[in-house]
Amino acid sequence: MKALCWHGKLDVRVDNVPDPKILNPRDAILKITTTAICGSDLHLYDGFIPTMEAGDILGHEFMGEVVEIGSEVKNLKKGDRVVVPFTIACGNCFFCKRDLWSCCDNSNPNAWMLEKAYGYSGSGLFGFSHMMGGYAGGQAEYVRVPFADTGPLKIPDGLPDEKVVFLTDIFPTGYMAAENCNIQPGDTVAVWGCGPVGQFAIRSAYMLGASRVFAIDSVPERLKLAEAGKATGINMDQVDSIFDALKELTGGRGPDACIDAVGLEAHGMSFDALYDDAKAAVYLATDKAHALRQAIQCCRKGGTVSIPGVYGGLVDKFPMGAAFGKGLTLKMGQTNCHKYLAPLLERIQKGDIDPSFIITHQFNLSDAVEGYRIFKKKQDNCIKVILKPN
Amino acid sequence: MPATSEMSIGRETQFKSDGNAKGVSSKGSSSERDHPTINVAANERILSLLGGVALTLLGLRRRTTFGAILAAAGGSMAYRGSTGHCPIYAALGTNSASKMPSSEEFNDHGVHVEQAVSILKPAEELYAFWRKFENLPRFMHHLKSVKVTDAKHSHWVAKAPAGREVEWDAEIINDEPNKLIAWRSLENADVHSTGSVRFVEAPIGRGTEVRVTLEYLPPAGQIGRWIAKLFGEEPDQQVREDLRHFKQFMEAGEIATTKGQPAAR
Repeated sequence: MKALCWHGKLDVRVDNVPDPKILNPRDAILKITTTAICGSDLHLYDGFIPTMEAGDILGHEFMGEVVEIGSEVKNLKKGDRVVVPFTIACGNCFFCKRDLWSCCDNSNPNAWMLEKAYGYSGSGLFGFSHMMGGYAGGQAEYVRVPFADTGPLKIPDGLPDEKVVFLTDIFPTGYMAAENCNIQPGDTVAVWGCGPVGQFAIRSAYMLGASRVFAIDSVPERLKLAEAGKATGINMDQVDSIFDALKELTGGRGPDACIDAVGLEAHGMSFDALYDDAKAAVYLATDKAHALRQAIQCCRKGGTVSIPGVYGGLVDKFPMGAAFGKGLTLKMGQTNCHKYLAPLLERIQKGDIDPSFIITHQFNLSDAVEGYRIFKKKQDNCIKVILKPN
Repeated sequence: MPATSEMSIGRETQFKSDGNAKGVSSKGSSSERDHPTINVAANERILSLLGGVALTLLGLRRRTTFGAILAAAGGSMAYRGSTGHCPIYAALGTNSASKMPSSEEFNDHGVHVEQAVSILKPAEELYAFWRKFENLPRFMHHLKSVKVTDAKHSHWVAKAPAGREVEWDAEIINDEPNKLIAWRSLENADVHSTGSVRFVEAPIGRGTEVRVTLEYLPPAGQIGRWIAKLFGEEPDQQVREDLRHFKQFMEAGEIATTKGQPAAR
């Protein structure tokens, strides 16, 4: 089959690889109908995530048709159309039972790698480095889905792929980011980063009762899309101080919650951002946390900073004093995707949201390399790329 | 709670140094007749030889029936001392030549591992799976097979480098249903080992804490080097992986893997 494979920093290729096989009794094989490139795939593309190996198949946002099932999969049959959560979870362990699916104890075959770095390992992820399990991803014609009796959600007929494919990651991720803000009636929420996750966080914050959402970015078309979602855009290149702007917009109090939907590759021209660039360039730091520092600085006293943006290693100059001094709550982590699939599908069916608003580009899988290139460079107003294998 | 019971387990699994437990020997009785095997310990052999010679001389000097008996007994002791084979020991199935390693030896040269894992299953289920030793190779990476030979004894085969195998017989030395299993290898083992697994009920909704203690005493020489390779530089890591796989097997019904999946390499 054809698959998009990682070969090194800024080097992905569409290769011919063997078809996946059932390896465990709870596996299923899907024929992919739609897959997408995620902002976090760019962290891999840019070489920010360790333990990648040349030849790894990327992709963790995908859906498709069941073509084969393992002996223990009783709830699916050939021909079912499903979306697959990007976190792989067994459904039986202490963490899965507590809805902490991204903390599953039993799905990462390389848990020992993460344990060395983090103490304990989270769940396995599709197509996201060997320390996250080394599972082959779904930017391919076929994919093996472990624990297929637990993760995949059947999609009723009549809903096109474009409306439901983002249930695999970015819609639940944005939704969980907003849910983590513990939004109370009247609350204001500021969102750093108007990429796909930021866009879903903005809309989710409104769904959960926010009175006003502020969207911070420097890319005009992304701010425009945020504004289409009723957010107040703040172009970081056009204001002197984001802190002052947010303070002004919130009557001097600061936003009740701040969402960092940027993560470890934040850009900026301020002193701390350049400092991060310099340290990362000589391998003295791994993660660039400009957006996170700002979010902590801007958040009101007793507020919440919610972090759906991905971090992997060490952050330098973390403003712990500000977080402590204001009594902030910090919430973060990989999305507990399984928890959100069914309720968010219901929201789509009810018409609360049509996630296809985010799609700007569609390519054939064979042209996926071009998709990575323009998404990375944000060319042609690119916000979200989906890929069609056939 | 765990600290004190841990210590008692430690004592229960200590090796005795008197070493007269019965071994499961693969040696047949016919070969034993042709080539008497050494079953008397070295210091005992010296005492036997000296005592036997003294008794023989004493008996021969008396020139009475009692003297003749003494001389015969002395002769048999001298034979036992010089050959190292005691027919009485052989008949009793006792063997004082092959000593079990002392706990000091384990402390000085042994590999000692303690690991714990929490499993969201009742202790009864976990105990039952583990107690059926044939199941162990399903999650213990280095084990090739375990064959239960009788209620207390089992034969273990482990993979060694270059396609070789190391084998040993083990006996259960403690077995409390749903709580504890402790075992140790017998004298003929390629590698002396002792181990225990305890199943401790965790607070409500948290399943069972599985606590494993293992000790290995790799012998000198080639087999010792194989064992060292087998356990690599991090025996704790190996046992942790085995326990992780036990947990995956019990909770998820399968062990997570990516072996056999496609990649462009």
